[in-house]
Amino acid sequence: MNRYIKKPIVALAAGIVALSASLASAVEIEYWQYTYGSRVKAIDALIETFEAANPGITVKHTNFPYADYRKKVAIAVSAGDGPDVVQLYYGWLNDYRDSGLLQPLSKEAFPHSSIESDFFPMVSTMKVDGDYWGLPTAVRALALFYNKDLFAAAGLSGAPETLDEMVEYAKKLTKKDSGGNYEVVGYATDGGAGQEHHFMREVLTRLFGGAPYSDDGTKVTYNDAAGAKALKYLTDFQMTHKTGASGFMNRGQDAFKAGKAGMVLDGSFRINTFKKVEELNFGIAELPGHEGNRYNFASYWINGISSKAEGEKLAAANKFLQHITSDAAMQLWLDTVGELPAKPAIALTDENQAHPYFGPFIRGLGYATATAFKSEKPQRQAIIDAIDMVTLQGVSPSDALNKVAKDEQEVLDDYYDN
Amino acid sequence: MAYYLPSLKLQFRYLMFVSFWNKLSINQKLAITAWLFLAVPIAFYVIIRFYPTFEAFYVSTLKWNLLGAKKYIGLRNYEKIFADEDFWLVLLNTFKYAGVGVPISLFLAFSIAYFLNEINRWHDFIRALYFIPFLTTAVAMAWVWKWFYQPMPIGYINYFLTSVGIPAQPFLKSVHQGLYAIMAPAVWAGLGFQVIIFIAGIRAIPRSYYEAAEIDGAGRWQILREITLPSLKPTVIFLTVVSTIGFLRIFDQVYSMTTNGSGGPLNTTKPLVLMIYEFAFDEFKLGRAAALTVILFVILLVISMFQLWLMRKKP
Repeated sequence: MNRYIKKPIVALAAGIVALSASLASAVEIEYWQYTYGSRVKAIDALIETFEAANPGITVKHTNFPYADYRKKVAIAVSAGDGPDVVQLYYGWLNDYRDSGLLQPLSKEAFPHSSIESDFFPMVSTMKVDGDYWGLPTAVRALALFYNKDLFAAAGLSGAPETLDEMVEYAKKLTKKDSGGNYEVVGYATDGGAGQEHHFMREVLTRLFGGAPYSDDGTKVTYNDAAGAKALKYLTDFQMTHKTGASGFMNRGQDAFKAGKAGMVLDGSFRINTFKKVEELNFGIAELPGHEGNRYNFASYWINGISSKAEGEKLAAANKFLQHITSDAAMQLWLDTVGELPAKPAIALTDENQAHPYFGPFIRGLGYATATAFKSEKPQRQAIIDAIDMVTLQGVSPSDALNKVAKDEQEVLDDYYDN
Repeated sequence: MAYYLPSLKLQFRYLMFVSFWNKLSINQKLAITAWLFLAVPIAFYVIIRFYPTFEAFYVSTLKWNLLGAKKYIGLRNYEKIFADEDFWLVLLNTFKYAGVGVPISLFLAFSIAYFLNEINRWHDFIRALYFIPFLTTAVAMAWVWKWFYQPMPIGYINYFLTSVGIPAQPFLKSVHQGLYAIMAPAVWAGLGFQVIIFIAGIRAIPRSYYEAAEIDGAGRWQILREITLPSLKPTVIFLTVVSTIGFLRIFDQVYSMTTNGSGGPLNTTKPLVLMIYEFAFDEFKLGRAAALTVILFVILLVISMFQLWLMRKKP
């Protein structure tokens, strides 16, 4: 035989023997999440400790850009391919569950009593039909980031405590050139994009005495007087107080990063982004309250086990899920990603609560609500559209909310129709 | 060495085939050979092009979220689309892109080609300059333009406007200007291709027409109107159809230049293809998305048929 044929064949055969030998002794499971620098790093670190503690199990970590993530997971799993353990947004649970992509967590590996005593109560929405379908490593809340240098220059000593103070501070912080163009915005609004639609829905609506949805989640209820007050409050920053415009420096976080914004709303995951900017001297405070009340918005990503995992792989997937929702994993996630531990015992330590950066977020968790999204994108777009109608078309806040509430109600009806 | 002997049955079949083949005329043989070769691209087209197209018709009658069971719902998807006021706005936007974008780009391309044809110095270099945007990725270009349009202090266009005393404009943040602000880079990107085609068209007009006109004492304007433009009719029709279809399918620019790729503000820049994308991959309403695809298909089909009808007439 020709040596150019013989040699590769021998090598190939050796490879197959080696591969099957290693397969016989090891279980490999796949873990999927979306690409976000610090999350990828955190999971890689957790896989390393997991594999060291569990010889014979290897975890293959795959990640995709956020824009493609949901699409890829849906297509891969429906084709019988894809992950054993998968990370998904809490708002997507129902889609995945209804389509048979997930299996319930086993009661032996994840006893309900300990989930209910250990995790924050918001995790209870992951219990459907008597089973838990996924668990978070971390939860997120909102807080107010403020630029300490700009505050000092405007003669302000600390963050605003109330909604009225926030307006007053924003006015003092704003700077314009002779042509009336913004040089520094007091409050960097995103016109509802980014995290701001959550602020409108779960924080402002409640602060003005309303509620975004009915208790059973089937009806949109923000199109009332309270909602209109909330929308007016938010759009007045652009329309009346003129302390900022959506699109200034592209996004609110960009303006804040460039030191051109006094205040911006964002999640704890943004801490690391801002910390990288050396010239930026910023502080973080709890979201301002109103008439003695405070509200916040919380969200989280859960890890579920796909219906594909069974036998040895299921046992390995259970072990891996226990590992990444362990106390140690949560602290690591906080330090690496900046997202808050999903268990009060880990989150509410004195050290974490007093932390200048994490503290305000962790305190916010105590009074936070997680919106039960049915279809996240159109629901987000509804709030953005309401803000655009008021700021671009001069529609009154109550008319704008009536219009988008109708659109969003269709999304809810569509869901409950299924 | 032993020869492999085919079975009697096979030998018989071979002989049958030879006798059949020998009875055919040359033309029949040619036709069979031609079909044999054509079979490969036909099979390719049927599997890669036609099958998915017909599949789209089928999916448009389903309620299907990509993961769950498919449920037949007849024409419900179409009913929902026609009852959705956003759809009519999106359709209007789509026709605005084509209706405004095509005449502007054809006028610009013809003017550039006409004058570029007159100069000999630097001709190739300038033509190449016009062509470069056509080679650039639409997404990269859209992002650069998005930054041009930014408000003060980072947007170049607003910086220029305010420096000559014109107030800053909202561009992409406006329900009136957004669509045109997105159309501009799309026109610019397609210009190079159209200029090349126009120059080729102009150069294909026989010199003798011009010489005869000059002898008859026709002026520059008259030559342009009576000779150049009528002779370019096939070129104009071709470019109109190609760029109309291009503008009707606009997507990259809108997706890249609007907040969250949503075709905002308030859907005023959203074209049909973006709406299809959102139904399919944000809301996972595959049936509704397929129904929209069918509608777009019908629109494009009508326009293409119209082109065939126009081309049939002699210029």
